[in-house]
Amino acid sequence: MSRSGRVAIGLLALFAVAALLAPLWGARGAAGIGDVLGARLLPPGSRDASGGFHLLGTDRLGRDLVARTLLAGRVSLLVGLAGALMASAIGVAIGAIAGWRGGWMDRALMAVADALLAIPRLVLLLLCAALWGPGLTMVVLVLGATGWMGVARLTRAEVIAARGRPWAEAARAIGAGDRRTLWRHVLPNAIGPAIVATALGVGSAIMLESGLSFLGLGIQPPAASWGNMIAAGRDVIVTAPWVGLVPGIALVATTAAATILGDALRDRLAGERPVQRTSSVETERAPTMT
Amino acid sequence: MLVWLVASLVFVLSRLAPGDPVTLVVAPGASAAELAAARERLGLAAPLAVQYAAWARSVLSGDLGASIATGQPVVRVLADALPISLALGGVSLLLSFALGLTVGWWQARRRGTASDTTATVVATTFASAPAFWLALAAIALFTYGAATLGFPAWLRLPAFGLRSPALGAGESGLGDVVRHAVLPVLVLALVGAAGIARYGRSAFLDVLRLDLVRAARGRGVGRRQVALHVVRVALPTLLVLFALALPGVIAGSVFVETIFAWPGMGRAMVAAIAARDYPVVLGGTLLYAAMVIVANLAADLTLPLVDPRIR
Repeated sequence: MSRSGRVAIGLLALFAVAALLAPLWGARGAAGIGDVLGARLLPPGSRDASGGFHLLGTDRLGRDLVARTLLAGRVSLLVGLAGALMASAIGVAIGAIAGWRGGWMDRALMAVADALLAIPRLVLLLLCAALWGPGLTMVVLVLGATGWMGVARLTRAEVIAARGRPWAEAARAIGAGDRRTLWRHVLPNAIGPAIVATALGVGSAIMLESGLSFLGLGIQPPAASWGNMIAAGRDVIVTAPWVGLVPGIALVATTAAATILGDALRDRLAGERPVQRTSSVETERAPTMT
Repeated sequence: MLVWLVASLVFVLSRLAPGDPVTLVVAPGASAAELAAARERLGLAAPLAVQYAAWARSVLSGDLGASIATGQPVVRVLADALPISLALGGVSLLLSFALGLTVGWWQARRRGTASDTTATVVATTFASAPAFWLALAAIALFTYGAATLGFPAWLRLPAFGLRSPALGAGESGLGDVVRHAVLPVLVLALVGAAGIARYGRSAFLDVLRLDLVRAARGRGVGRRQVALHVVRVALPTLLVLFALALPGVIAGSVFVETIFAWPGMGRAMVAAIAARDYPVVLGGTLLYAAMVIVANLAADLTLPLVDPRIR
């Protein structure tokens, strides 16, 4: 693993631990509201009326931004990981079936994937989120439903390539059934690109979740997510910019670390196999909102 | 074919959802009979298959129906919003390619040096920053920041809207629009450029690794000449990248238009989704999908022109 990859892992681990330990920061709990008038919209590094110190300031309800950002980190990291895993699981399953079966099944599944790929992912996501109402489970499901197409195509191509290899034929020749050949022999050899795509997908999943929550279609207040914290900061961005900027910094740092980790994984995987000249642009997906 | 598939998918998705758009057009506290009448009038009472057939027929004849919320024809709503989004997206797309490719090329030439790593980190950070947050940061900088840091008057850029509500006498309208456009375009272009720099760097590196570059250098070909070789070989990849970048610009504009209060496609879509205004949502999604498909088709058609290998 490259040095930047190791730094990224360290950073992510640090965020995860900090998010898990969030309750230790701020005795009142980050969702609790205390003395609103004495503590609201304090700039970073100031003390409230009762003497409590706020390193990064407070929001309009007097809640400490460090505590709330960490608490939101739990939700955002969880949703990002779960959403990316969900998308990959669906993608691997569909890609494997399409590649293994071939024929009309392959054509039908890939046609659906192509159709979904033709709609910008954000639009699709907005559509689904708006139609099925907000909430944590829904965001994860919707991220899965809108993110599987890329992984499915990657897996399909790998499965088709692996299916024709001599060892796959050998497995069948010694009596392995369809399911066993696919599950034990073909898939383990075809899963590499899907793993990299998952790692790169975590960054975009976190970003998309924040986008949905920002528009009010994702995680709902009072539960904290980086997206809805930024949305709450939007109204006071002119007078108290730190309310919206602080959670964003956490968000950017996390997605950047996830992306760098994904890049490092991809480079490592690419080192093990013959270099394909066209591959880099195909697999290099920055966490855009598409 | 693909467009039809997209359209049908969106149609099914939109009707699967809970929530009733009829509640928008009737007065609060309307009776069940009034609700049924409104539903009948909007064609929402018929079975799904009948609704689908009716909708498909009118779409084929170029009629996307009327907005449930405002009663305006959907074609009008989209036609009003599209030019604004296209102008915003087009200018930022060009800017982001100019900036992104320059940085990508600069990095590829300095591969592995400290400045390459720094640029990669900066590009990854910008690519990881959601457009809505960058937009808020820009607003904060040019309002709160401008006030506390004492920016000169010409740098106090307007943050919201397309033009000033009241133009003073002698002020030019065009200059006003340009001043309003600086921040949204800048935010979109920076996000786009960061992604393109990442792609561009690896695309250029792939070519720089090839023997033809070493051979050209060995023959004593000048730097500028070698650069031309490289760009020529990388051109197909960059063309594909252009087609891939288009939907990103569309999606990015959703947030930027929402925050900067620009009356474009993105804002129209967000408003329509929030109001369950099916005809507008359907029409907008169709338009988005059509643009993506046209972009891909254009890339496919021009690819043989720049890449003799696939002629």
